[in-house]
Amino acid sequence: MPLIDLANPHRFLALARWLVPVFALLAAVLLVAGFALGFRAPPDYQQGDTVRIMYVHVPAAWLALGIYVMLAVAALGTLVWRHPLADVAAKAAAPIGAVFCLICLVTGALWGRPMWGAYWVWDARLTSMLVLFLLYLGILALWRAIEDPGTAGRAAAVLALVGVVNVPIVKFSVDWWNTLHQPAAVFRLDGPAIHPSLLWPLLTCALGFLALVLALHLAAMRNEILRRRVRTLRLLATAEAR
Amino acid sequence: MSEALRAIFVRDLKIAFRAGGGAGVGVVFFLALVTVVPFAVGPDMPLLSRIGPAILWIGALLATLLGLDRIFSADREDGSLDVMMLSTTPLELIAVAKGLAHWVATGLPLTIAAPLFGLLLGIEPAALGTVTLTLLIGTPAITFLGLVGAALAVALPRGGLLVAVLILPLTIPVLIFGVAASAGTGPVPFDTSLKFVAALSLFALVLGPVASAAALRHIRE
Repeated sequence: MPLIDLANPHRFLALARWLVPVFALLAAVLLVAGFALGFRAPPDYQQGDTVRIMYVHVPAAWLALGIYVMLAVAALGTLVWRHPLADVAAKAAAPIGAVFCLICLVTGALWGRPMWGAYWVWDARLTSMLVLFLLYLGILALWRAIEDPGTAGRAAAVLALVGVVNVPIVKFSVDWWNTLHQPAAVFRLDGPAIHPSLLWPLLTCALGFLALVLALHLAAMRNEILRRRVRTLRLLATAEAR
Repeated sequence: MSEALRAIFVRDLKIAFRAGGGAGVGVVFFLALVTVVPFAVGPDMPLLSRIGPAILWIGALLATLLGLDRIFSADREDGSLDVMMLSTTPLELIAVAKGLAHWVATGLPLTIAAPLFGLLLGIEPAALGTVTLTLLIGTPAITFLGLVGAALAVALPRGGLLVAVLILPLTIPVLIFGVAASAGTGPVPFDTSLKFVAALSLFALVLGPVASAAALRHIRE
């Protein structure tokens, strides 16, 4: 079955029905393994045991950014290629991305208090992540404010594309500005700078959270498709009743 | 084509400056904000003159953002938006003309009023000139970035505040560099920040109309 067949909502629902439990199971296994590895990993020589927040904070940050990029690609799918399920994908992804962005900000604040002595500083990385959170909230608000799903999808797509300029700013903020936040340690041209004993739990947790996001996203897309069907049926019933 | 654009520009200016158009309201809101801050902060003149440029910039930003939703919504209500979208003049250039008219009606009066309000905040005369210059160069950036929000407001029945919330994150760089240029004594030299503000305005002059025209086309189909 070519991939484009999934643009048909019926076929997509059939695929999602068995794919969601698979991803959920994978997420459970990977997250349990990741957290177990994380608790057994050695403490950092400088930060002690507080470094273990990294196993939640860093994957949450990666996913918040990655989901926004996926949202922007879905926006292109809506506006340029008129893919039928692109706006469903975008609408389903927005709350998940917003929550992970919030998790990143909150765990970062909890990590910053013992490490830097402050819950929040206005440095480039934190500020641009906060702006990303505001962009997510704006997209969510726009979806709720417009009644017709098609129009709402296109309006939110335009907003998502306008805001995607923030993603490279977040990624490279630690290089372009003098920041308190630590510079890139995994996604660098020279390769990861973290010791393997800390890197493996981190990657396992990241994959676990990614599987969780996939499961949640597919389930949310399924719900949105069903929600639109209910709406159409309701509109038809109201039209017929007159 | 330039006839059509000039006509749109003049029309929007006339509508804005007539009764109910909202040209003066932005300045009044600006004054209200500048008046309220010393009540909250306390009549501490050295402190006020230190944060004065920031207050002026925030006031200009908010006053511009809150007036944005009327740019295209008013035209949608009386049908002229459909005429504009069907005309041979490119929608992007029409958006530029409307954005310019909005800036002359909102941003420019704010810039002219800024030195007077700055006196209320006790800003030094030299700093007053700097703030006014940065506002003059930076308010077009806010207006043209706001065009995207104005286009999205066409789809919203009660847009208003939501549009301001949507556009605010995009205008943060303008605010950062605008205030940095006004302060002038920070780590970054004045002319570097001013050039960044000018660059952002030029960038917005292109991005805003293109994005807002695309948004209008997609929302109105």
